[in-house]
Amino acid sequence: MAPLLLLALGCAPVDSSTPDAGEDPSESSGPSDSTSASAEADPAACAAEAVRSPGTLTIGTDSPAYEPWFSKNDPTNGEGFESAVAYAVAEQLGFTGDAVQWTKVPFNSSYAPGEKKFDFDINQISITPERAEVVDFSDGYYQAAQAVIVLKGSAGEDVTSVAELQGLRLGAQTGTTSLTAIRDVIQPDTDPVVFKDTSAAKQALLNDQVDAILADLPTAFYITAVEIPKATIVGQFQPETGEQEEFGMLFEKGSPLVECVNQALTVLRDDGTLASIESRWLSDVVGVPELTP
Amino acid sequence: MAAWSPSPRQRERDAVRRRLQRRSATVATLATVVVLGLLAVVILTSPGWARVRETFFSWEDAKASFPEVIRAFGKNVLLFLLAEPLILVLGALVAVVRSTTAAALFPLRLLATFYTDLFRGVPTLLVVILAGFGIPALQLQGVTNDTFWLGLGALVLSYGAYVAEVFRAGIDSIHPSQVASADALGLSHGQAMRYVVLPQATRRVIPPLLNDFISLQKDTALLSSIFVFEALFAAQDYAAYNFNYTPIVVVAVLFVGLTIPLARFTDWMGRRMMRRERAGAR
Repeated sequence: MAPLLLLALGCAPVDSSTPDAGEDPSESSGPSDSTSASAEADPAACAAEAVRSPGTLTIGTDSPAYEPWFSKNDPTNGEGFESAVAYAVAEQLGFTGDAVQWTKVPFNSSYAPGEKKFDFDINQISITPERAEVVDFSDGYYQAAQAVIVLKGSAGEDVTSVAELQGLRLGAQTGTTSLTAIRDVIQPDTDPVVFKDTSAAKQALLNDQVDAILADLPTAFYITAVEIPKATIVGQFQPETGEQEEFGMLFEKGSPLVECVNQALTVLRDDGTLASIESRWLSDVVGVPELTP
Repeated sequence: MAAWSPSPRQRERDAVRRRLQRRSATVATLATVVVLGLLAVVILTSPGWARVRETFFSWEDAKASFPEVIRAFGKNVLLFLLAEPLILVLGALVAVVRSTTAAALFPLRLLATFYTDLFRGVPTLLVVILAGFGIPALQLQGVTNDTFWLGLGALVLSYGAYVAEVFRAGIDSIHPSQVASADALGLSHGQAMRYVVLPQATRRVIPPLLNDFISLQKDTALLSSIFVFEALFAAQDYAAYNFNYTPIVVVAVLFVGLTIPLARFTDWMGRRMMRRERAGAR
């Protein structure tokens, strides 16, 4: 257990300029040596042979496909973060928009073992060692940002920078990257309030026992949209510390396409495409500004 | 007159006695060494021991978590130091009210009985959660929503009921002749209670009170459920990040280390009171 953990820590992809570090520790197959060797390789050439049906890239996601990951429950429109990423990757792999086929895959069955009817699935699936035992993952295409949730009309609503958070009563759930972010990045004036679970955090926010709670952005979208409509996300930031949760594209175990997609992601990351897609769909469109330090 | 010296037979008896004592001491020592040694060997050589030691007795993790755990433990200590006097006052008050006989005080007696019945019957954790989540949800003006103070109030309410019953048992145990004597001396009912009954009753209930207070010290950990970051929660927080449960063992040691001196102190205090009460009589 300990060596695995160490490895996981060592591999925490905090620095996007070294994509090799994003390898999942429990994956024993080839990608780790191939990624470094293939910096100059052509993802399109790689993918031509690797897809299920030649000339078509089949991508899976759940239905309904939720905002802001998709738009209007239509993954084919290229709008929404994951749809945009999927088409950008497809382009790198040498597939035009017309050559991309979407297929519906329920979230819970996506990471079940066995044969898959898609080339890859993109559906906010977190890379975990348990899942990586039975399916393959690409490198992370999104590293969950920390979101600051406050009640509408409360003191915290005007916050624009991480430094401004220091004076607030902040809370987060124990054992999460959010709590680590408060302790290591924000370092507030008063000790953070630690919760046993998110439901306690939500109650404390409603009861004015904390000014703001932190959660990763995907969770925060759900909390503010569904659970506490009175709450709003005032901002997000990437804590450049510790181990963040990452979303990866999911493949059938042993799929040769993994390497091609990793090459494509490397290109997209290096030329800034991935970052601009993220800031467009997960910040500008949803109105969740990046907090300045 | 020559100095007394034991007879040869007496010396022989002494020698035999000493020999027997030595032998039983040797046997006891050997038996202890063998049993504990075997136990140690069985535990230390069992295949799971390395993992047990790594998970529960890791020195590195104990050291790494200690500053946070001891800081949080300060909250536990502060909680029961604040709660104990309040509980004593509340418990004594309720017990005295329940021991009154005046007809006009019947409503008070009724309330006191209702209070003890209610709070002894409800789980302490329930009271804590009700106070920590329920009261802030009311958004009452002028009422704190700091869960430390709300939790403290919950502990006082819950333990006050137990302590009231302990006090009442103590009061009931004072023989009626004591009250009659106080009456004969011209003391009012209240004075008799204050100067004759309560001092004796308190002395008698010190051991059961200690039980309740040790229990209270441990129950300060219940406040972790209303996000008071006390020692157990701090240890769990460490465990959640590092998958190591040593800090929880550390907290256990801290709690035990706190209760043992308290037990000795109360023993000593009880003995001293007993000595004074009996005034040299055996």
